[in-house]
Amino acid sequence: MLELRVVSRRGEFALDVAFEAPAGATTVIVGESGAGKTSLLRLAAGLDQPESGRIRLDDEVLVDPGAGIAVPAWRRDVGYVAQDYALFPHLTVAQNVAFGLDAKRIGRGEIESRVAKTLRRARIGELARRRPAMLSGGQQQRAALARALVLDPRLLLLDEPLAALDLQTRRQVRGELRDLLRDLGCVTLYVTHSPLEALLFGDRIVVMENGRVTQIGTRDDLLRHPRSRYVAALMGTNLLAGRVPRSGAGRVQTADGEVSVSDPGGPGEVFLAVDPGQITIHPQAPEGSAQNVFVGPILELAPEPPTGDRVRVVLGTHPALVAEVTREAVAALSLHEGMLVHASFKATGIRTYR
Amino acid sequence: MSTRGPAGTAGDLGTIVAAGASAVLVGFLGFPLAALVLRVPPGELIRRLLDPALLEALRLSLITSVAATVVVVALGIPIAYLLATRDFPGKRLLEVLIELPMVLPPTVAGVGLLLAFGRQGLAGGALDAVGISVPFTTLAVVVAQVFVAAPFFVSATRAGLSEVDPRYLDAAATLRSSPSRTLLRVMLPLAFPSLLAGAAMTWARALGEFGATITFAGNMPGVTQTMPLAVYIALQSDLDAAVAMSVLLLALSLGVLLAVRLAAPELTPLGARARAASR
Repeated sequence: MLELRVVSRRGEFALDVAFEAPAGATTVIVGESGAGKTSLLRLAAGLDQPESGRIRLDDEVLVDPGAGIAVPAWRRDVGYVAQDYALFPHLTVAQNVAFGLDAKRIGRGEIESRVAKTLRRARIGELARRRPAMLSGGQQQRAALARALVLDPRLLLLDEPLAALDLQTRRQVRGELRDLLRDLGCVTLYVTHSPLEALLFGDRIVVMENGRVTQIGTRDDLLRHPRSRYVAALMGTNLLAGRVPRSGAGRVQTADGEVSVSDPGGPGEVFLAVDPGQITIHPQAPEGSAQNVFVGPILELAPEPPTGDRVRVVLGTHPALVAEVTREAVAALSLHEGMLVHASFKATGIRTYR
Repeated sequence: MSTRGPAGTAGDLGTIVAAGASAVLVGFLGFPLAALVLRVPPGELIRRLLDPALLEALRLSLITSVAATVVVVALGIPIAYLLATRDFPGKRLLEVLIELPMVLPPTVAGVGLLLAFGRQGLAGGALDAVGISVPFTTLAVVVAQVFVAAPFFVSATRAGLSEVDPRYLDAAATLRSSPSRTLLRVMLPLAFPSLLAGAAMTWARALGEFGATITFAGNMPGVTQTMPLAVYIALQSDLDAAVAMSVLLLALSLGVLLAVRLAAPELTPLGARARAASR
């Protein structure tokens, strides 16, 4: 179990984060670049020191400025894989992997057998004598991971482990990495900016925005109940925040007007999530009632997935909405960017939560 | 590498002036060297190089300059490491102090050494008490060479160490490597070309040392008379002997510079400037 609570300032940027991460599971930290994800990993690794807070790994306090505790990086039981892998260019793959074991003062023979075993497990056994410059991106990624894992760390820190790979390699390595992480007994923190990786790897997902944690939960929590516009966008859904007035009668007041909700619950603040598939697009004002209609231009039409038969429609309505329609619908309604449309969703198509 | 600079400079007056000035300077630098090489015919040169007096001076020069280089490397790595990795009060002052021997007239260095370690010097009494007398010994030659040549190694090594990508230092730290182990296993190997170049420049500077040596160590054949001193003395009696020794020193200097250029081109002064310009 990792218990982390840190406050750190770098010029204008302030990091103020607290969460716990269990052993034997992968905790994904997801956020845009500049959210402070790498800063957070560096604090956990001991490469930087926080101004205040406390980091505890199992029974060992790694950092507590208040108590004058700051275990240096090289005395921590931590594995760290940097975004660009940072394999030592002057050493072979095997020497890179042996580097941390050498420091542990283990016998030659045991080092060699552990290195060989780890290289086989990472499926780069035949590359042991190569220099990093001779490896492909995917091979470098495996070597860097092997170098960290050979030490059996209690805390594994992965900084965008797939970001440096090309798309095809990334798909292949993704599956392997997922299997490998599932079998680890340590605390794993996995930093990414990719919602897909967050959903794929995260047993628990910590969402960071501007140096702060805005939501922590399982995949389902985040998918079903996003608590910020960023999380909603990340998960591909629409989020409206509003309040139910005292005499509601199925209306919720949002910053952009009233929304009809079938069962808003009692008075107070609520979140309204509308999945893109629930939104219908009309070239003219739709007929009928009990519907929520917003008018605005189409900002973007993006096939989803890039070769698929669904199309995401980004709308410049207030509130901003994302709809998902079929390719046929786009053709039939001759939807195009810049076109003024009406977007509607039913009161029953809204998930309400607090 | 492609040619830099604007196209169509062929007929430009400035380019013509620059080319002319360059030709004058290159000719000026090359002419005396050519004169040296052309003065004595090869057969005579080889006979001269086998002269016992010359070999004696050569032996002393090689021993002292190698010893000085070893001392400089051993003492220079730690200070280069501190300058490259730490910030501390007075760092700028220390840097100036370490670089000072590069620009200080060597005779001034010699006088300083004499006043510090000479029999009448500040530390002379203490050294005398433990039975050590430095001036006018082979040790004094080494001391003088260390004094004038150390900055070359320290600045090259410091530059090399500070250019080691911090990502590798972070990686080492997260692989249980203490700072001193990281220095030995990561920083020094990655900065090795710089160390080699610095050591070569230091050795060449020590080999050519004259002013501080003659001031502090004197000019005793077999004890303190190194090659540059022997050249100077021979010049007064036997010009061809002086020329033979000069050609040998020229060859050694050229060899070192070429070796450094090959190992770490950016570390020779002109290379450093070229690199700075290309940024």
